[in-house]
Amino acid sequence: MTNSKMFDFASITGAIDNFLRSYCSDELSFFIECVLVGLAVLVAYAVVALCMILAERKVCAAFQCRLGPNRVGPWGLFQTVADMVKILTKEIMEINHVDRFLYNLAPFIVIIASVVAFGCLPFAKGMQVIDFNVGVFFLMAVSSIGIVGILLAGWSSNNKFSVIGAMRSGAQIISYELSIGLSLLTVVLLSGTMQLSEIVEAQSELWFIFKGHIPALIAFVIYLIAGTAETNRGPFDLPEAESELTAGFHTEYSGMHFGFYYVAEFVNAFIVAAMAATLFLGGWMPLHIPGWESFNAVMDYIPSLFWFLGKTAVLVFVLMWFKWTFPRLRIDQLLTLEWRYLMPLGLLNLLMMTLLVAYGWTF
Amino acid sequence: MNKLATCLSKGGFEFETLEPIQGVETLGIKPDVWPLAAKFLKENPETDFDFLCFVVGVDEGEARLSVLYRLYSYRHRHTLLVRVNTSREVPEIPTVSRLWKAAFWEEREIFDFFGIHFLEHPDMRRLYLRSDWNGHPLRKDYAPDESLNPVADTAEPTSDTVPVFHEHGATNSPHANIDEADDYNRLFGKEDYVVNIGPQHPATHGVMHFKVSLDGETVRKVDVHCGYIHRGIEKLCEGLTYPQTLAMTDRLDYLSAHQNRHALCACIEDALGLEVPLRAQYIRAMMDELCRIQSHLLFYATFCMDMGGLTPFFYGFRDREKILDLFEYTTGGRLIQNYNMIGGVQADLHPDFLKKTAEFIRYLPTVLPEYHKVFTGNVIAQQRTKGVGLLTKEEAVSFGITGPSARASGLSCDLRKLQPYGVYDRVQFNEVLYQGGDCFDRYMVRMDEIGESLAIIDQLLTQIPQGEYRVKPKPVVKLPEGRYFKMVEAARGWFGVFIESRGDKYPYRLKFRSTGLPLVGAVDHLASGLKIGDLIVVGASLDYVVPDIDR
Repeated sequence: MTNSKMFDFASITGAIDNFLRSYCSDELSFFIECVLVGLAVLVAYAVVALCMILAERKVCAAFQCRLGPNRVGPWGLFQTVADMVKILTKEIMEINHVDRFLYNLAPFIVIIASVVAFGCLPFAKGMQVIDFNVGVFFLMAVSSIGIVGILLAGWSSNNKFSVIGAMRSGAQIISYELSIGLSLLTVVLLSGTMQLSEIVEAQSELWFIFKGHIPALIAFVIYLIAGTAETNRGPFDLPEAESELTAGFHTEYSGMHFGFYYVAEFVNAFIVAAMAATLFLGGWMPLHIPGWESFNAVMDYIPSLFWFLGKTAVLVFVLMWFKWTFPRLRIDQLLTLEWRYLMPLGLLNLLMMTLLVAYGWTF
Repeated sequence: MNKLATCLSKGGFEFETLEPIQGVETLGIKPDVWPLAAKFLKENPETDFDFLCFVVGVDEGEARLSVLYRLYSYRHRHTLLVRVNTSREVPEIPTVSRLWKAAFWEEREIFDFFGIHFLEHPDMRRLYLRSDWNGHPLRKDYAPDESLNPVADTAEPTSDTVPVFHEHGATNSPHANIDEADDYNRLFGKEDYVVNIGPQHPATHGVMHFKVSLDGETVRKVDVHCGYIHRGIEKLCEGLTYPQTLAMTDRLDYLSAHQNRHALCACIEDALGLEVPLRAQYIRAMMDELCRIQSHLLFYATFCMDMGGLTPFFYGFRDREKILDLFEYTTGGRLIQNYNMIGGVQADLHPDFLKKTAEFIRYLPTVLPEYHKVFTGNVIAQQRTKGVGLLTKEEAVSFGITGPSARASGLSCDLRKLQPYGVYDRVQFNEVLYQGGDCFDRYMVRMDEIGESLAIIDQLLTQIPQGEYRVKPKPVVKLPEGRYFKMVEAARGWFGVFIESRGDKYPYRLKFRSTGLPLVGAVDHLASGLKIGDLIVVGASLDYVVPDIDR
């Protein structure tokens, strides 16, 4: 309906594609496009990481009656840039008695899983690297590769704290992956597709959280809880619980190897928030209310990228709110929460959504 | 007193009645009858000495070492001192660690400092010094020679077995090969998964070392290693004049700096018979209570932080800062104030102190609800602390635990009520008691005590008289020959001072009763069978301070 008015990012990429093809062969232009896209994803990844870290520090400072970084640049804007430069120049310590190959490989697995998942997100209308027909499934698959890196890090570090942290992380992520899967399935049921672009398009009338009302809301809450656990953020930060395991699985890492874990954790939080925004809050789709044509038209004037980032930012803030308010759970409580409450609830919720869709009780 | 004497005669053990110390009946008992006597004193309902409050080793010179046990009965509220002598050549005293768990640690300390072997003590390792240390430094014939104990450049050798001493010098010393050791004195089996929590660890609040044996996430056993910040303060004090020893007290439990120094000053004043001006006593009480509040605020901060709640941590520190400012106005110090002096306090209150303190005690109750809102009522916080680390009243007494940690188990042990000192008999306040004995109650006791301390300060502020803030003692302070005890209620329990004077300007022996040692002594008991996360919560709820343990 009103979407045609919105700026489609595909027009820019299409223009670049045409421009390249007019000068060089199809193969070469494809190769150049791949390089350009890769660069763009990496730059966006780094920028998002920097913004996330700054946001976390500012938000956490506000919660804790502090000011947060305010010396480097106006409002401390360049503090994280300075920190990035610092960590890039830091020495990576050689630890004795570690499994050197796995030890060095682990941070890359974590960061690669994070980058790949990041690359799949539909940032704006037409701004998506690959639009799989099983997009949701693919995102879940790649984002859980990170756990392999964490397990490897814990195992290869030759440190008991690291092993305990890695084992906790393994137990935690495998458990909460179930809840994430179930709540995503609920949305897939509602939309009838796994393709992210179609899921977003399907919300052009009404966002899924409104369309699927009660079960969608339950799925949304489950997703946020499980997503927080999946990213090892407080109150589920057991794998790196600093007061118990000093730093958990990354105790022995230094320099940029540690930086990879650090950055991946922040961007993973962004990915979880972005996925929640895409699946429940319409992604880059503006707020549309059926029947309110002029209101919808006004909403369409706000660029789709802003919608996406705005929704994600709100959810990121919610995740930070969790982290800076709640104390940490204990390992058995963490598993009880998942296996005894969230997963059965998720299953029930899935059933409820099935009935809803089958009988057409959605808005 | 006479009643006590008559029932002692029923014990059927041999003892000699010594000169009372500060009016407290003192017995001399031979080492070989001591276990029997101890059993009688503890278990006979008329004596019922359930609490071993102080154990002091003293080198008496003349080829004689002695150990002084100060016993207290919570039921009868009476005190008894027992002196057990042993020879320098064969220093052997049977252990009483099976009767009073507090003795387990005190005896290890005395073994460390005096080399007295406590027979059949299950774990006769050194407590503070390195296991390869030569000699026992608090013996008077110990020569502090650097060639004897050079500065070590290697790590302390560790062993999974512990020595046990039997009669006539027979020992089970640690075996080089763990397979040869019998189970009797083995600390950890070779299959145990032992994790070192500390000495450098965020949750040990200083350089405390827990060797933790784990079964998955479950804690099986905790072996506490102390001594990483042992400065030999008791030994140092033997070479310092009395006014100089005062500086050491603030460096014990630095969060109860005022109370510690109050105890030592009061002990010396009692010995000198010095009357402290009333204004000085009011100032001391006020500072003690401010100190207690700031200690409890720091407890709140670290307790929450150890559970992963970083926001409450800043709340606690924000408001503690205001108390430190109050200290700074008057004393010039923030953490360590050096304020109490023999005969009074260093200087009169800052002209603004009363006004600013009044402001503060009006301010703090307005933010305390915020503390409870962010942490106490939180479902995760409650789940993690309720029913975790249960300490019964009897165990608290046996371990020698006092202060808020014992009051959480329902033990009424507030010295300000039991034996009011200073001006505490002139103020109205309640002793905060909880019955659960879990981490949550230990937390709540402290939070409630903040309110009681505020009430005390409020009354002191209105009552404080004008007058002198100090009477000056003689330029050279010499204590009359004798032994002196003094205890005050510090932020973590009974902080005690024992001075043995031989009439010099230096103490012959000065011993501090640590408030933290009984607390870490109970960690193994409280945390065994719980999860790693619980171990951290238990440690945080006990709120020990390491420099106070290590001294």
